[in-house]
Amino acid sequence: MTAKLSLKAVSKSFGHNHVLRGIDLDVQTGQMACLIGASGSGKSTLLRCINLLEPIDDGAIVLDGQDIAEPGLDPQPVRQRIGIVFQSYNLFPHMTAVDNVMLAPARVYGRSRAALKAPVTALFERFGLAGHMQHYPDQLSGGQQQRVAIIRALAMEPEIMLFDEITSALDPELVGEVLDVLRQLHRDGMTMILATHEMGFARELADTVCFLDAGRIVEEGPPSALFSAPRQERTRAFLSRVLT
Amino acid sequence: MAEAGLSSDAAAAPAAPTRRELYEARQRRRSVTIAAASTALVLAAIVVLVPLAPGWEAVQRSFFNGEVFARTFPGLVNAFVLNIAIFAWCAPTIAILGLAVALCRDVRAPVLFPLRMFGALYTDIFRGLPVILVIYLMGFGIPGLGLPRPWNSPYLWGSVALVLVYAAYVAEVFRSGIESIHESQRAAATSLGLSDRDTMRYVVLPQAIRNVMPANMNLFIALQKDVALLSFIGPVEIFRQAGVYKSLFANFTPYVGAALIFLAITIPATRYADYLLHRQTRQRR
Repeated sequence: MTAKLSLKAVSKSFGHNHVLRGIDLDVQTGQMACLIGASGSGKSTLLRCINLLEPIDDGAIVLDGQDIAEPGLDPQPVRQRIGIVFQSYNLFPHMTAVDNVMLAPARVYGRSRAALKAPVTALFERFGLAGHMQHYPDQLSGGQQQRVAIIRALAMEPEIMLFDEITSALDPELVGEVLDVLRQLHRDGMTMILATHEMGFARELADTVCFLDAGRIVEEGPPSALFSAPRQERTRAFLSRVLT
Repeated sequence: MAEAGLSSDAAAAPAAPTRRELYEARQRRRSVTIAAASTALVLAAIVVLVPLAPGWEAVQRSFFNGEVFARTFPGLVNAFVLNIAIFAWCAPTIAILGLAVALCRDVRAPVLFPLRMFGALYTDIFRGLPVILVIYLMGFGIPGLGLPRPWNSPYLWGSVALVLVYAAYVAEVFRSGIESIHESQRAAATSLGLSDRDTMRYVVLPQAIRNVMPANMNLFIALQKDVALLSFIGPVEIFRQAGVYKSLFANFTPYVGAALIFLAITIPATRYADYLLHRQTRQRR
């Protein structure tokens, strides 16, 4: 079976700082892959590279058999197929929640607001935000804002969703509602890659977990194996630090 | 004593002022008294001392002459209509040109590099010249080309000079507004598949323009005053009209009248700009 997304020897540096030093990773359709590792290990950069927000220096990013990192390729159609949600939500503060969600499908796919109303309302209902569609971001809690950001990405009907530590900026009591959204998406068969610090969540839902350190995938495996019996010394050291 | 009272009564009487509130009320009374006293002292000094100056009688006659004021004020108000007309067509032109230049300076595509250089050159040149110099050069120079009416009007080219200079400042303000929008907003828009153009139009600009509203208000207040500079090349607006009256009555009172008319417009506008700025800083906190 060929992978939905497969990274081959992806490397990226900012000046003399080698952030990614040859990443290989396969993600199958409907799978959830979790990236764990200390801050600065390259998780965020990897996600931004997959979404083509950062050009990679070397290697290939193959989506459905097509290398999307090919220099000169128009990145826009690719970005429509890959949604990303950021740690800091990045909602547009001057628009209501529903306008945040409708902007991209309206402009990029040329759909009218009338045509978008039903599917967008359905998304808000599905994630428990039907009452907040007309609210501005600053009228919403962190958890609600992050869920709107997820809806905004989903409204483009992406084939893959990337999540960049989306619960790290939230108060602990709000983390649950956002993780519930991820559970729901996983159930519905969305292909997802998560950079996360929520080890419990990774253990519960991930199909595969990758431990990144200094720009390399040090260890990869199913969560049961990686969390209970890590093979690498560095993985053990990291886990003992975070799982106290 | 106060501490004993606090510990026992704090819960029982929530309406009673706290120790801090009492202290602050005392401080407030003290500073109000000092401010009132010093203001009264300064005013008294002005009222008593200025008329003692040897030339006061002459100044009063030539600057604060009630009769001249009454006879010239309506004419000055009439002339001010021309200032407003010039302002009214300059202001929107400046806003549009300033925004266009700011956008030129933000283009990232290498093909459009000349546009970017033009933007930088434009703002450098027109911010580097005194307004009056540009008005003279354009107001006298271009009509000298012998163009047919109405293209030889100093009124027209003087206004164009104002537009060119002020657009350079407004462009810089817009640019600082565009740069104040965090890169993550662009990243979010780009990741959704929006084009650079749509990102600018729907995500960056609406926020940027709102952020720099107070700064631009201040520039437009300055513009309202600088319209008077056009008087040097011909149009009979309020400043020139005041000059005409001055010669007619051999009296400076019309200038005082003109000053009052300017202040009637600029003080409320300045207050409003300050209010906008204040509201914005409060929102950011």
